[in-house]
Amino acid sequence: MYDFAYHKPASVADAVKILASDPEARPISGGMTLLPALKLRLNKPTAVVDLSGIAELRGVKREGDKLVIGALTRHFEVATSAEVKAAIPALAAMANTIGDTQVRNRGTMGGSVANNDPSADYPAALLALGATIQTDKRTVPADEFFNGMFTTVLEVGELVTAIHIPIPEKAGYAKMRNPASRYSMAGVFVAKGAAGVRVAVNGAGANGVFREKAMEAALAANWSPDAVAAVKVDAGLMNGDIHGSAEYRAHLVTVMAKRAVVDAG
Amino acid sequence: MNVVTPFEGIGASLRRKEDFRFLMGRGQYVDDLNRPGQTHAVMLRSPHAHATIDRIDTAAAKAMPGVKAIFVGEDMAAESIGGIPCGWQIHSKDGSPMAEPMHPALALGKVRHVGDPVAVVIAETKAQARDAAEAIIVDYTPLPAVSGTVAALQPDAPQVHEAAPGNLCYDWHIGDKAAQEAAFARAARVVTFETTNNRLVPNAMEPRAAIGDFDSFSGDYTLYTTSQNPHVIRLLMGAFVLHIPESKLRVVAPDVGGGFGSKIYHYAEEAIVTWAAGKVKRPVKWTCERSESFMSDAHGRDHVSAAELALDAEGKILALKVHTLANMGAYLSTFAPCVPTYLYATLLSGVYAMPVIYAEVKAVFTNTVPVDAYRGAGRPEATYLLERLMDVAAAEAGLDKVEFRRRNFIRPDQFPYQTPVALQYDSGDYHSTLAACLETAGWAGFEARRAESKSRKKLRGIGISTYVEACGIAPSAVVGSLGARAGLYEVGTIRVHPTGSVTVLTGAHSHGQGHETTFAQLVADKLGVPTANVDIVHGDTAKVPFGMGTYGSRSLAVGGSAMDKAMDKIITKGKRIAAHLMEASVEDVEFERGTFRVAGTDKTKSLTDISLAAYVPHNYPIDEIEPGLEETAFYDPKNFTYPGGCHICEVEIDPETGRTEVLNFTAVDDVGRVINPMIVEGQVQGGVAQGIGQALLEAAIYDASGQLVSGSFMDYTMPRAGDLPDVGVATHTTLCTHNPLGVKGCGEVGAIGSPPAVMNAVVDALRDYGVRHVEMPATPQKIWGIVNSHRLAAE
Repeated sequence: MYDFAYHKPASVADAVKILASDPEARPISGGMTLLPALKLRLNKPTAVVDLSGIAELRGVKREGDKLVIGALTRHFEVATSAEVKAAIPALAAMANTIGDTQVRNRGTMGGSVANNDPSADYPAALLALGATIQTDKRTVPADEFFNGMFTTVLEVGELVTAIHIPIPEKAGYAKMRNPASRYSMAGVFVAKGAAGVRVAVNGAGANGVFREKAMEAALAANWSPDAVAAVKVDAGLMNGDIHGSAEYRAHLVTVMAKRAVVDAG
Repeated sequence: MNVVTPFEGIGASLRRKEDFRFLMGRGQYVDDLNRPGQTHAVMLRSPHAHATIDRIDTAAAKAMPGVKAIFVGEDMAAESIGGIPCGWQIHSKDGSPMAEPMHPALALGKVRHVGDPVAVVIAETKAQARDAAEAIIVDYTPLPAVSGTVAALQPDAPQVHEAAPGNLCYDWHIGDKAAQEAAFARAARVVTFETTNNRLVPNAMEPRAAIGDFDSFSGDYTLYTTSQNPHVIRLLMGAFVLHIPESKLRVVAPDVGGGFGSKIYHYAEEAIVTWAAGKVKRPVKWTCERSESFMSDAHGRDHVSAAELALDAEGKILALKVHTLANMGAYLSTFAPCVPTYLYATLLSGVYAMPVIYAEVKAVFTNTVPVDAYRGAGRPEATYLLERLMDVAAAEAGLDKVEFRRRNFIRPDQFPYQTPVALQYDSGDYHSTLAACLETAGWAGFEARRAESKSRKKLRGIGISTYVEACGIAPSAVVGSLGARAGLYEVGTIRVHPTGSVTVLTGAHSHGQGHETTFAQLVADKLGVPTANVDIVHGDTAKVPFGMGTYGSRSLAVGGSAMDKAMDKIITKGKRIAAHLMEASVEDVEFERGTFRVAGTDKTKSLTDISLAAYVPHNYPIDEIEPGLEETAFYDPKNFTYPGGCHICEVEIDPETGRTEVLNFTAVDDVGRVINPMIVEGQVQGGVAQGIGQALLEAAIYDASGQLVSGSFMDYTMPRAGDLPDVGVATHTTLCTHNPLGVKGCGEVGAIGSPPAVMNAVVDALRDYGVRHVEMPATPQKIWGIVNSHRLAAE
């Protein structure tokens, strides 16, 4: 890696102040994406602002019909949290499939959401669950937050602080992993709740995480695996690489949707 | 007195002596070593598959902090540094020697693959060296590149070397073409089959590393390197590249974290750091990054083959014809030319009595990383081709695939068996390994399991492979006549210390094989010395007299035999000393596991009594024999050894996703006498893991421009624990008839026998889909493509 300055603020306010003063500074939470990029010299920030000392950003709590998850809550904590397991078991189960043990012990929900890797798991869950992303400046619905591959509405220096997730009636998730990287190659999160039925897809779309409206309509009419099995996805909207062509991914989205509905019960 | 209790000799599953330091993080790998005053080297590598180097400007980089020196190809050429040599010369059909273009350590005027080293930066720290490497300006003019094995021979293909017209390295053949044509003319049936053997990246856990050290006062060079054969590196690098006499060059290969063949070869970086250490008069250390490993460690496999099998009306094989193209990459790695010839075509008879074989092999240059031996080396390619062909042929002839194999097996009473492709198998019992494997794998009950899978909408398949390999390479005179530029014996020294403990010096090298345990067991078994008192020394040319190293499953068969011969000499000398001490005739002295005895009496002397007398020769036959108790033997084998056996794999395919799961894997191997069953089991399991990796997961993929698309673990699918089943391992032994231990070798059997077993299972699982063949790796995408096109065709 190249040389950079290192800061470890103890509050969101301090972190935001440092980031505001230097547009080339980068925040780091679990570091599961930024650290490899630094080590490979693919990224050259002037400063790294380590958020791990900010206690207010950690933890899971239930507030009425919502879960509020601090941005620095690690995947392992989401996977094992009694509140998450009771309220949204599919989310806890999803967290338990992210990366490997080492990644789950470092990576954070806020980091994953802010990075919006098209193959990451959480963005599909947040989109399907109708979550709201809280930053140091504002709250943004998931529908508006994710903006294409590796892109969100976050401004430079803006930090995700918490995620508010309405508790659904039922939810389920299934994914096909990329055989090599084990990231999602086609993952589908389905949820049924106050906002109706919502279906979100990761790993497959040419433009990152997206909602699959045809499947939502099919499931709203008939919540069953067979209902989504009949919905074909347009390969023209899919991503393709050596592990999965657009046609294969389009097919997998349907298969995973079916399995996600089975998972949701 | 030396009493071996509990039993630690041949056949004991002794825990590995070396594992304590490995598991506690106390291994000493090259990167763990640091020399006083050490500098750090970074290689600047080509981003282009093929380009001319028009200009290299190092001025700004040289001025950067900490930079000691920057060298390019011309700097080495100016000092007459030689090219990286090739250790094996193949002659084409017409008698001409193979094309052997110069392989400069640092590129000279041209780069020929992504990763080709262009310059080396030496600085006080690695970060400084990296910074400076980024500041070097190289003007390239990209040239058209060729990466594909078949594409390389096309008339309009870009030329990789001027010295290799048409990109042809050699056009070789073996066998009797006229007899093959005659046999085909009278065949009742000819079965054709074409396949590609996928290119693999070895991916040893420890990346390569090297430290060059130069002593200005003595003029001695030392190279610490991640090598499977330090003496071979000393010979190649000293004699052919740097022109340093052996007496002035020490090569140390300490703990090495996996090789699988990729650390056999002499690599440019070894020569660069050794030479550079002499230039900067400081030690120079280089450690490969993982992404560098992908583009600089020799790759494996990469064959494109067409085969034809002629059968008579009863399903007996009349003849086999094979045509293979082998990708050598951009330069000839140390043993590359022999892999698709003498380690491949000579194995095409497999376990079958084939009267006639004719094989042609063309080796080609491409703008890719050099290809060389990778676990199995040629034998997996031969076994895969033949064992897939056997399944295809059985299906086309309407024969049961097991019965078809059995009908063509070499029978136990046919040994020694001379194949039509040079090899003479000494021993084997293919019917017994087959029967044991069928029984253990529950072959007979498969259809019920298939039906059960079908009830869950899954496709279950079972596959078998019966195979033989040639290892323990090999008689020096034979390999010399086949083009090897070295002997392939092994060296062992047994040093019995005055009070009876033993140090063994071996030319074999352990990089995961467990030699410190297995070899100690040989000493325990023969000399009766507890393994705790036996130390195995390897990997240092300053300590071990000589050695050819570890590859081709040769350490025990050749290296162990050398130790055994040296122990014979110890016993012979010990008997003379014992005869003197016990005032008996030497003919009357017997020796067994640590005790010399006058036959038929209770007069005994322990090995320690004898060693003490040998080093404190007060009462000693000093006029007849010298003091001391240390013996060295060079063992040159009489033949290859021929491990073989049967592998059975059961898979289940999810037709919706195309994902294949390996449910069961059973291996029954004949590896000759087993010294440590636990280590054999581990070796077979590891080999099977790599075989499953090749069959289902791994592929080094180049695009047409020569970029390595699968250049990291994000895209190169390494097998993980979750991809693998429990592998059932059993052995069925016939003894090697020509080495003193009766051993055959177990390091490669898993990787050789398993890929066709897996792929035969995959094809079997798809039997309702009209599939004749599936190419490796059988990725989910590929399997789904087959299922989907079948569905579309049905619609």
